[in-house]
Amino acid sequence: MIEFDGVYHKFSTKTSELQVLKNLSFYVPKSGFSAIIGPSGCGKSTVTKLVAGLIKPYNGRVLLNGEMVQTPRSNIGMAFQNPVLLEWRNILQNVMLPLEIVKNNLTDLQKKERARELLNLVGLIEYENNRPSELSGGMRQRASLCRSLIHQPEVLILDEPFGALDAFTREDLWLTMSRLRETGSFTCLIITHDIREAIFLADEVIVLSGRPATNQFSIKTEKENNDNLDQLYTPHSTKLLNILREQIKLARKNEMVER
Amino acid sequence: MRRFLVPLIAMLIFVMLWEWLVWFNEWPNYKMASPSDLGPAFWKYRILFFSFGWDTLWRTVVGLLLSIFFGVFLGMIMGFSKIIQEGLYPLLIGFNAIPKATIVPILALIFVGQHDFNTVLIAFLISFFPIAVSVSIGLSTLEPEYRDILRALGASKFTIFWKIALPKTLPEFFGALKVAVTLAFIGTNLMEIVSPHGRGLGALFDSGKTNSDYPLMFAVLIALAILGILLYYMVVFLERTFAGWADQLSR
Repeated sequence: MIEFDGVYHKFSTKTSELQVLKNLSFYVPKSGFSAIIGPSGCGKSTVTKLVAGLIKPYNGRVLLNGEMVQTPRSNIGMAFQNPVLLEWRNILQNVMLPLEIVKNNLTDLQKKERARELLNLVGLIEYENNRPSELSGGMRQRASLCRSLIHQPEVLILDEPFGALDAFTREDLWLTMSRLRETGSFTCLIITHDIREAIFLADEVIVLSGRPATNQFSIKTEKENNDNLDQLYTPHSTKLLNILREQIKLARKNEMVER
Repeated sequence: MRRFLVPLIAMLIFVMLWEWLVWFNEWPNYKMASPSDLGPAFWKYRILFFSFGWDTLWRTVVGLLLSIFFGVFLGMIMGFSKIIQEGLYPLLIGFNAIPKATIVPILALIFVGQHDFNTVLIAFLISFFPIAVSVSIGLSTLEPEYRDILRALGASKFTIFWKIALPKTLPEFFGALKVAVTLAFIGTNLMEIVSPHGRGLGALFDSGKTNSDYPLMFAVLIALAILGILLYYMVVFLERTFAGWADQLSR
């Protein structure tokens, strides 16, 4: 589980201070899946860095399983908009990278087996010997997802992972993501600016206000199943979509007033 | 077939023109050499060519190895620390701006008689700069996400350097090494020519100069060209072996 408890954060430059987070609190239960949406530039990526322990909050507490996050820890998986695959490794070696960092008792064969299992799940098993540059953007992002899950992290953080993909590829990856969720047991936090993505993937959607970001609104999505895209077009989803759109509009409007 | 034939014919035409020019002007050997003089010159000094050629080669390679170690180390600390970079950069640029031919007599005077040491030192001094700069730029322009994927797992700075930063910088490094190998070769020859009682192809060239032995001088030039090409392709071979993936990337 992930918990933010009254978190403040600011960046200092030589001339000024920029407050990005202001009294942000939210809670993602164990094996839960929450999405954070908000106006662009509101500090969403800062949230991911805080969870990963890459930066420390200026004030307030960030907790993972009830423990304060002080430094990076190995039970986290991360994926970004940029898949950042290493060009000098093939896909299989790229996926196995975290196992070279995180302590484990796996043999080489077991590592490969686990990587292949994931690659199979996302439909990349035939490409394990290819270089990243030989793959399409969507395929690279799939490989990046496999890499973020190979060490079986308790927490998965996705920072606009599908942002650079075209609409059809993105929808394919949503389905892949829910497949991955069924097979693994991780708590997931996704940062996105796509409302439909948030509704489709997450159990709860948290809307952040404009900068400095604080929780403005949150809503449980309460869907029955996650295995097809049709559920995005039910009256229930449409209603959610409209509510969230209104909230985003509100966040942007308030931000403009403040500036 | 055409790939070999065209350069070969061009070379033949060049050599024939050269031969004709010397023959037409009736230049004697103390004024200018013709291509047909080179064969005998090589044969006459064949033992010196081999032993001095070897001297020049190993000095260049040792100097280059030194500049690889030092250049990579310097580039590494400059790439990782902004303060060190700000402190060292002006110094490095200033040092690089000095024409190295002026360093040669200074070194020759300081370490008088230590010919091998001098030569290796100048080859090193002249060639570490591009390596240091390329490595430092490669490291400081590493996208933060690359660092974050490993840092988020608790990887140490060294692990990040070894697994990501270093391999990612290899293409730039080899680009710089191609420049550095040529520079080191120049450095070696500078010292061999200037330093008295020297060995190496540069010294052979110098003795040709003293005796107005143009066939010998031109023969040395040809030998140097061959050695230079050899060194360059050694680097190309290493590049293909260690950074071949970058080659495929640009295609």
